[in-house]
Amino acid sequence: MSAAAEDAVTEAPAAVEAVPKRAMTLGTGTSLVILAALLVTPMFVKNFVVFQMTMVMIYGIAVLALNILTGGSGQFSLGQSAFYALGAYTSAVLMENFNVNYALTLPIAGLVSFGAGYLFGKPALRLSGIYLALATFALAVAMPQLLKLHFLEHWTGGVQGLTVMKPDAPFGLPLGQDKWLYYFTLAISLAIYIGSVNLLRSRSGRAFMSIRDNEIAASAMGVDVAQYKTLAFGISAGITGIAGGLSAIVVAFVAPDSYTINLAIALFLGMVVGGVGWLPGSFVGAAFIIFVPNIAESISKGLSGAVFGVLLFLVIFLVPHGARQVAIVAQQMLGKLKKN
Amino acid sequence: MELLTNQVLAGIATGAIYACMALAVVMIYQAIDHLNFAQGEMAMFSTFISWQLMQWGVPYWSAFLLTLAISFAGGILIERLLFKPLAKAPVLTNVAGFIALFAIVNSVAGLTWDFTIKQYPTPFGSAPFLGSQLISTHQAGMIGVTLLMLIGLYLFFQFTRIGLAMRAAAALPESARLVGVNTSWMIALGWGMASAIGAVAGILIAPVVFLEPNMMGGVLVYGFAAAVLGGLSSPLGAVIGGFLVGVFENLAGTYIPGVGNELKLPIALALIITVLVFKPAGLFGRAIVKRV
Repeated sequence: MSAAAEDAVTEAPAAVEAVPKRAMTLGTGTSLVILAALLVTPMFVKNFVVFQMTMVMIYGIAVLALNILTGGSGQFSLGQSAFYALGAYTSAVLMENFNVNYALTLPIAGLVSFGAGYLFGKPALRLSGIYLALATFALAVAMPQLLKLHFLEHWTGGVQGLTVMKPDAPFGLPLGQDKWLYYFTLAISLAIYIGSVNLLRSRSGRAFMSIRDNEIAASAMGVDVAQYKTLAFGISAGITGIAGGLSAIVVAFVAPDSYTINLAIALFLGMVVGGVGWLPGSFVGAAFIIFVPNIAESISKGLSGAVFGVLLFLVIFLVPHGARQVAIVAQQMLGKLKKN
Repeated sequence: MELLTNQVLAGIATGAIYACMALAVVMIYQAIDHLNFAQGEMAMFSTFISWQLMQWGVPYWSAFLLTLAISFAGGILIERLLFKPLAKAPVLTNVAGFIALFAIVNSVAGLTWDFTIKQYPTPFGSAPFLGSQLISTHQAGMIGVTLLMLIGLYLFFQFTRIGLAMRAAAALPESARLVGVNTSWMIALGWGMASAIGAVAGILIAPVVFLEPNMMGGVLVYGFAAAVLGGLSSPLGAVIGGFLVGVFENLAGTYIPGVGNELKLPIALALIITVLVFKPAGLFGRAIVKRV
């Protein structure tokens, strides 16, 4: 009994290295090249590839949201799939049952998820690290079951889920559905990306990062720790909700079992592969979680899980800090070339 | 009243499974400071090894001991090969490593032994225990073995030199290194022990849930929940947490209307989180105080 009452005293962990502002984003030149490539590519590839690229961007938004929470404010979440599901269902239900225009459902999906995340963040304030992981994990496990509940079936379609009409391109633009949705998603991803970068550079972003690096020091500097931690949860959930809403529109189908804990784990892996705290990496991570399982499957059907695991190990062995590390090394090499 | 007693007894019986797993989870948490998501899969793999040995004609107890030895060595091997190189990498990268290990072990077991459900023998028999229909002799044996492991671990950590060294390495690695503890090998030892305890848990659980590559999925979730509820720094807490989760889950399923099998897990988790909100370090865990 006395052992339990006695408090274990440990040293505070060494501060995490602060991220220099410039390292958080790509340079202007690189960004423009990538943007141009993203604008042009759909003209030359098959519809299925366009669809996959759209999904990469959608997952990228969701990974980015997790990155704001974990890389920004230092909180960990395994429950992102729940907010993703909430956003997807909000959009789908509004479109199918209330005939709301698909583009208008996205801000509503974002707001609903923001509210849910903010409310969830309140009690979660008491928890950190592993304990927070368990709490968010519980949310992810509960969500598919809640969506199947009997009395919600009238709106959610129960186990069967809901089928949504895929929208056509507006104003008579000569684009197929897939291509139109690609550009639609690209525009939203771009807006969210720019918004997020600016958020992390703002006063709130600095507050998030100070909490991540040292909570006690942050509160000593006058940062309202509780307020900013819940805010980070809310914003992250809100952005995830928008990604979920987009996925409902693009996939044209929602069902409870699309949003299991596996989705939350995939998003987490995406963040690690892309580099925690490095926003452009989110999209690299998203590409990893979409394409690598397919690659693994094509290498060996029976051992696809093992191949995926080995590839993942290779990535974290070679670059434990994810795509960000690759970017930093590339930048240094370019710098050397310029000097010579 | 009788319904209540019966449900509590049944809860204790399932709780023993969770307690076993939770004990393995706490063991590795003590040694490496992370929750190992692949723990359940490692236990499943060990159980398959023992099954394979028995198929080859090795008697139960020899197979049991051999499996423990193989699992112990396997745990150490995994640490040396895969996780020692990641020791300096960020925590989240390590977690990704656990997920990768999970995928590999699950997939390899599936390919080697396929996904059909297999019977697994029990040394305790499955007659009703002391006339109760709810607890079989196997489940009673399981509870007994769990408690024995707990006592064994307690004695090991409290009264042996190497147990003390392991605790030191986990609590204050720098200071432990200064007084000559080989912290790196203590971590490997922790992996080995956790893997062996997981093997025991798997072998005890297999007769109840049947042997197949995905047998640990549900159990591990409850094991984590139990470990966190009891407090990750306390093996005793983990075992008590396991029994509590088993009982909670059963009572919620019986008394709260509209809770079918599907909502049992979310409700149990919600309850645990409620407990955590009031006691953030778990029921028996120590609150960590940081020196600034």
